[in-house]
Amino acid sequence: MTTLANVTRDQVEDFMYLEAELLDEWRLKEWLQLFTDDASYHVPATDIAPDASPDNDLFYVADDRFRLEQRVERLLKRTAHAEYPKSKTRHLVSNVRIRERREDELLVGAAVVTYRTKSGLTETYIGSYRNRLVLTPDGLRIREKRCVLDMDGLKPNGRISIIL
Amino acid sequence: MNMPATPAQPAVMIDTERKTFKVARRSFVDPQILRDEYRTIFDRCWLYLGHESELQKAGDFVSRIVAKRSILFTRDAQNKINAFFNVCPHRGAQVCRERKGNAKSFQCFYHGWVFGADGKLKSQPGQECYPEDFNSEGGANLVPVPRLDSYRGFWFICFDSKVESLPDYLAGAKEWIDIVADQSEAGMTLVGGTQEYQIRANWKLLTENSVDGYHAINTHATYIDYLKNSQGSMSPVPFDGTGYDLGNGHAVIEYRAPWGRPVAQWIPLWGEEGKVELERVHQRLIERFGKERADRIALYNRNMFIFPNLVINDIMAITIRTYHPTAPDAMQVSGWALAPQEESAWARKYRLSNFLEFLGPGGFATPDDVEALEQCQRGYENMLEAPWNDISKGLNKERVNYDDELQMRAFWTQWQQRVQASAGI
Repeated sequence: MTTLANVTRDQVEDFMYLEAELLDEWRLKEWLQLFTDDASYHVPATDIAPDASPDNDLFYVADDRFRLEQRVERLLKRTAHAEYPKSKTRHLVSNVRIRERREDELLVGAAVVTYRTKSGLTETYIGSYRNRLVLTPDGLRIREKRCVLDMDGLKPNGRISIIL
Repeated sequence: MNMPATPAQPAVMIDTERKTFKVARRSFVDPQILRDEYRTIFDRCWLYLGHESELQKAGDFVSRIVAKRSILFTRDAQNKINAFFNVCPHRGAQVCRERKGNAKSFQCFYHGWVFGADGKLKSQPGQECYPEDFNSEGGANLVPVPRLDSYRGFWFICFDSKVESLPDYLAGAKEWIDIVADQSEAGMTLVGGTQEYQIRANWKLLTENSVDGYHAINTHATYIDYLKNSQGSMSPVPFDGTGYDLGNGHAVIEYRAPWGRPVAQWIPLWGEEGKVELERVHQRLIERFGKERADRIALYNRNMFIFPNLVINDIMAITIRTYHPTAPDAMQVSGWALAPQEESAWARKYRLSNFLEFLGPGGFATPDDVEALEQCQRGYENMLEAPWNDISKGLNKERVNYDDELQMRAFWTQWQQRVQASAGI
């Protein structure tokens, strides 16, 4: 039986690749099912500590579960102008490691490069994931997804209109 | 009317009889106009440098690009605030390569000259090879910016030593900066974290967008949807308000809106704890300023533009935003969150949450603004045959609404005076 103590890196990788695939295919409602009910999604500003809290510092994105659902709903509307027509994206996830096994969650790290192409322009977002995963009867689920950008601000990217 | 533009025509065309106000799209595209803008605006106007709270202790410093110059903003050992060009007087390397920090001195790594936070040369390797009075006239100190001054914690610089005083320059905007600064007794502070991004559009598009009440319903439809979906995140307050020309190209819109304000418009989402807190904040404002002004501070929103490139939006949170063009179709934007130093952890948390819902490149609204600006810039490629923007809305009225276009006309009138008078376009 799979328990948190014996989850393998292969399993974590499969899970992260699935997540990336769902994002790149814009299957955002299915993607949302990979998150726990108390989940959060964070992208800190690039001039603060990677483990900063959105209660104290300014982030680019700090969604709780409700706002994450709303983000998905928004992105699927044609009135989400920044993503209409939808951009093409590709999330490349690599260097996956289980950094820490806690009693009730895994701390997982990975490197990620995401390309976003729209209107003939391709933008690159470079960063790392610092995710907290839990094990449920349905398999691994995300309690916190944190994308820490290895960039000096969003240049030349003018926005994070996709999910990183 | 969309007749072809000719080089002989002014970039801004006002027809007082027909009540139309038009701006030539080439103003957003022409590289010569950008050069003229640097010469007549960015090299001549007071420009926002930073907020006092960024330099809290002696030795604190920030390095920042302002109008293509690298500027070093410091608080020295005497607690004096300074701004220097970040360039070594010796051979021209940038003296400080960090974005911010605290330091007793700055050492240029190239040849090792050391400067104090007051800009004075402290030492140089091989001092015996220079005459004793080598720096007697200060020529080996960091070069200070020609003018530096502050208003209510907002620090500005100007590269023109003959510029009018900062209070004169700010004109009617001072009263509105007061409304933001008065929200704290201990002083306003920047919250940690800078939102930095580049927009592939002309800088004047962000000016227009930042004080544009007209676009909200369309551009930000998904944000309004979001407010409706969030249980209790709206108060029963309709959008309503007015636009004001503050002189010297500055402008503001002031209006009521249904979102919550940490100072201090309560929404049901914030619960009883929030209600108690916001009532306390509001009550304190009444004690300090009387009911009328307290209500104005607490319940009204303001999008303020200070010519040429500073935006202070006091809306569901307060953001300070400044931006600098690097090409006719590119600008670099920096955005910060401003808050009362003494506000509770509860208020800070909701302020930042509010901020991110709407503002910034990951919010539910700003990305759509960025898209709109970039789409305009692309649209201007048709400028030869479709040459004019129209910003006439409300020109036929005595009292303009917050969603009219008076604010942009105030900007463009000032812009035209500065750029065209000097360039003879």
